[in-house]
This record gives sequence, structure tokens and C-alpha cells, in this order.
Amino acid sequence: MAQRIDVKDLDIYYGDFHAVADVSMTIDPRSVTAFIGPSGCGKSTFLRTLNRMHEVIPGARVEGTVAMEGVDLYGDDIDPVAVRRQVGMVFQRPNPFPTMSIQENVLAGVKLVNKRISKADAADLVEQSLVGANLWNEVKDRLDKPGAGLSGGQQQRLCIARAIAVKPDVLLMDEPCSALDPISTLAIEDLIAELKQSYTIVIVTHNMQQAARVSDRTAFFNIAGTGKPGRLIEMGDTGTMFSSPTEKATEDYISGRFG
Amino acid sequence: MTTTLTAPAEDERTAAVRASLRQVDRRRSRVDRIMQGLVYVAFALAMVPLVWVSWTVVAKGIDRFDVYFLTHSMRGVFGGMDAGGIYHAIVGTVEITLGATIISVPVGIMTAIYLVEYGTGHLARWVTFFVDVMTGIPSIVAGLFAYSLFVVVFGPDVRMGLMGSVALSVLMIPVVVRSTEEMLKLVPNELREASYALGVPKWLTILKVVLRTSVAGIVTGVMLAVARVIGETAPLLVTVGVIDSINFNLFEGRMMTLPVYVYGQYSKGFATCSESAIDCIRTINFDRAWAAALTLILIVMLLNLVARLISRYFAPKLRG
Repeated sequence: MAQRIDVKDLDIYYGDFHAVADVSMTIDPRSVTAFIGPSGCGKSTFLRTLNRMHEVIPGARVEGTVAMEGVDLYGDDIDPVAVRRQVGMVFQRPNPFPTMSIQENVLAGVKLVNKRISKADAADLVEQSLVGANLWNEVKDRLDKPGAGLSGGQQQRLCIARAIAVKPDVLLMDEPCSALDPISTLAIEDLIAELKQSYTIVIVTHNMQQAARVSDRTAFFNIAGTGKPGRLIEMGDTGTMFSSPTEKATEDYISGRFG
Repeated sequence: MTTTLTAPAEDERTAAVRASLRQVDRRRSRVDRIMQGLVYVAFALAMVPLVWVSWTVVAKGIDRFDVYFLTHSMRGVFGGMDAGGIYHAIVGTVEITLGATIISVPVGIMTAIYLVEYGTGHLARWVTFFVDVMTGIPSIVAGLFAYSLFVVVFGPDVRMGLMGSVALSVLMIPVVVRSTEEMLKLVPNELREASYALGVPKWLTILKVVLRTSVAGIVTGVMLAVARVIGETAPLLVTVGVIDSINFNLFEGRMMTLPVYVYGQYSKGFATCSESAIDCIRTINFDRAWAAALTLILIVMLLNLVARLISRYFAPKLRG
């Protein structure tokens, strides 16, 4: 199910503001790619262009191409809704739907688009997704209870279950652990390691140790100064990036000398 | 006290900290008490008219308020007769208000959705401005507007309950728009994004996530709007007029409504009773007016109760 993404010469603008400049990269299937960099360097913005979520913000536009298996996601005949069904997303703060039970939250991607699903199929999908998100054992006895009643870490795994229930090929994670305690963080990191068997995962993180632990490849973004666009400085295997980066800025950032 | 004795080596800083901890600011606590008193007084003052009005209406209206009164019209009732009721007025008020609600709720909610989810730039700003202006329209103007609108379409002799519904909806729409707009703004953007990220189109996101999350507040807002217009007298007087018999048809003929009934009865004043009359009550018109007012208050209370039940049922829950 995992797919490869090629980004070429991508520029992102919010109105007149040039947010991210000239990014080209390849994201390998069945791997975890981590984006690191100081705040405001455009890594989250860039992540959101991978499933056209940045278009939610008025005035946002891109130039360049983002191609999934050769199909340009910004082509004229491409529906952003279709893109988002292939490229799922998990947000910084867990955001289960407050009016829905745990089960309804998992099925949200199916039910909200008025797709018909038999009771047996729905039950299978709920179990499969919750098992996939390592949450099944904790919630299997209270599937009809509100999703907002779970702990923060459980809510985040519920959101992951909800994202994989749509059966995407790629999963984008925007600082998925930054609102969680270390134990919940560990649970999510273990989950990421399992999920990469079947999905292409892209994760934005502020936590360098986390990038080192979970990712196969790391991309370092940086910004020259306020008002300047963010740029991709360097991208490589995580091991290489953390031991012997080619760029001075990367080394400074990773060793904690700035940022 | 013992600590100060057993610790003679404490330095001046510690002593100062202890002294300042024990210090009592008399001025602050006095101001605190005065303010608290003022708040209670204000609350009591606000309760006075509420309790007084309720008490007066119940005390004066309860005598006439019975099943007979609720189930009979004023047809063939004259003078000081011990008869007559408000059935025709209840029918009119319920139908006309329901009609106004059916017109206002879709228009109001969709306008609010436009303003919050779609509207940007000049058009949205103008819509907001006109909604604000509409909020301040005097109710008699709304009545005259509805009257002239129907005269243009149906000719000068037109009389129907729907005219009243249109007049009331002119007053209701801005209230519905405003309250719905506030409720929609309260829905966190994260929920919209979560829905988009699952590949849900925008219109379904609005319908099934945004409206579903805010439905409890929207229902409350609609009920407040209904409560605001159900007691309107002037616009109904100039549009649907006055009648003594029952008219179920919202689309033809005059209709009676509770506020107009109260006004009509009260303006009749004392009834003239001849010496020989047996069942003549001099104060009958006032009695009927008070009992009708009591009915109106009870209807509004009932609506509020229903609204509370609905919003409790739909409100987001933490525990199941």
C-alpha cells in the first residue's frame, strides 16, 4: 500500500509571503522520513502540501510539483479530496470528534462521506484499525463510549486508527507526540515502527532523539531569518545525518548549538 | 510561635517574609466585602421584576385558567358573559410562530454558514452589516413591510396568517443568524481539519461535523429567537388582524394570536352589566387577558424546557 512521493522545485506562498523555497526531495515507500528544523522554518507547511491540507488557509498556493507514483497531486484534474484519501494525516493535538463514540470516530472517514458499510464490515474495520493503532485492548470493552473521554495518548492513537481506517498509502504526522507524556510517546513511536511495514510515513518533530529513534531518513529545514523563506538544507540517511552531516548548519542544529 | 523561639539564628530576610505573610490588608478585604454585597444586591434587584411579573400573572390569571378557557373560542361571546376562551388564539399563535420558524431557521442557519465557512471580503461584511441593522428594526416596521409585500402580490384586501409569519421572520432571522454564527465560530478548526484530512468534502464536513458539534447551541439560539417573537403584538395586529372564531388555515383569512388577544381584551375595559343579568362579570375582559398572558408565559416556558432537553441530548459528552 505504500507509495513513493517525488517533490520537485516546490515553492509555497501565503498570499505575498514566500513561506518555503525550492524544495526537492524523494520520499521512499515503506519508510519513515523525519523533518527537523527550528520553529517557523516551514516543515509543517511543507508537510501539509503533501496532502493539499494547506489549501484550507486562504491565500495559500504552491508552485512546482508533488508527484505520487508519477501523478502530479496539483494537476488540473486532481481533486484534493481524493488526494487526502490517499494521504492521511495525524495532527499535533489529538482531535477526536467530540460528538462521536470511539467506534464512530474510527469509522468517521467512512460514515462522514455517506458510504454504506454493513455492520459486520464496520465491526471488522473498527477492530482492524484499533489493533493497527495498538489501542484495541484498552478500548474493546467501551467502543460506544465518547472518544473525548480517553487520555491524551489514547486519543492520539484513536486519531491514528481513524486515519488508517480510510486505508491511505501515506501517513503524515505533524508533531504527533508533542502534546503527550513520555510513556504515550513511546507507545506512538513503537506504533510508527510497526506502521512503516505497510505505509509511507512522514513525521515532523522537534525532538531530535525521536527523529533519530524512529526515522530511516531525515530532512533538515532551516530559515535564514525572519521574513525569509524556509529551505531544505540537507537530507540523508538518519544515521549519516546525525553522525556526519555535510552542512555546518545541520551539525550546529543537531548538536544543540542553535535552535 | 514555637518555631520563632527554637530558631534564633534566622536572618532578617526570613523574619521579613514571615511578617509579610501574616500581614492582613484590611482595605482589600473591606473592598472585597462591599463588592460582594453589591453583587448580591444587583442580583436581588434583577430578580424583583421577574418574580413580581410571574406572581402577578399567576395570581390574576389562575382563576380563569381552566380546560374550558383553553378549549373554547370567543365566538358568540359578548358583554360580561361568563364564557369564552383562547383556543382560537392558541391555534393562531402556534401556527404563525411555527411558520415564522420554518422560514427563519433555514435562512438564518445558511446565512451563518456562509458568513463563517465561506464568506470573505465585501459581501460577507455587507451581510454582517445588514444583519446588524435588521436586529434593530422596530417590530411595527416589520409588520408594515410584510403587509405591503402581500398587498403587492395578492391585492389590497389580503388577510392571512402567513403574513404574520413573514413579519415575525423578519424579526427572527437576524437573531438566528447571530446566535448560529457565534456557535459555529466556537467549533474548533482542528475538527474541520481532522475531517478534511480523512478525505471528507467541505459540504459534508460542515453538515456532519460543524453543525453536528454545534447543534445544541443552535437549538438554544433558535428557541431564544422564538421566545423573542412569540410575544409580538404590533406586527400581528397590522397583518393578521383580529377574529373571534377558530381559523386553522394559515393561508386564508384573519387569525387571532395570544398577544393580540390580551391587548384586545384589556382595551375593552369593564363590561356593562344590567341589574337583572345573572352570569355577568364586570371584570371578565381583564380576567381573560390575564389568563391568556399566563398561557403565553407557559408556552414560552414549555418551549425552553424542550430546547434544554434537545440540547442536552445533542451536546458533546465526555462520558457515555
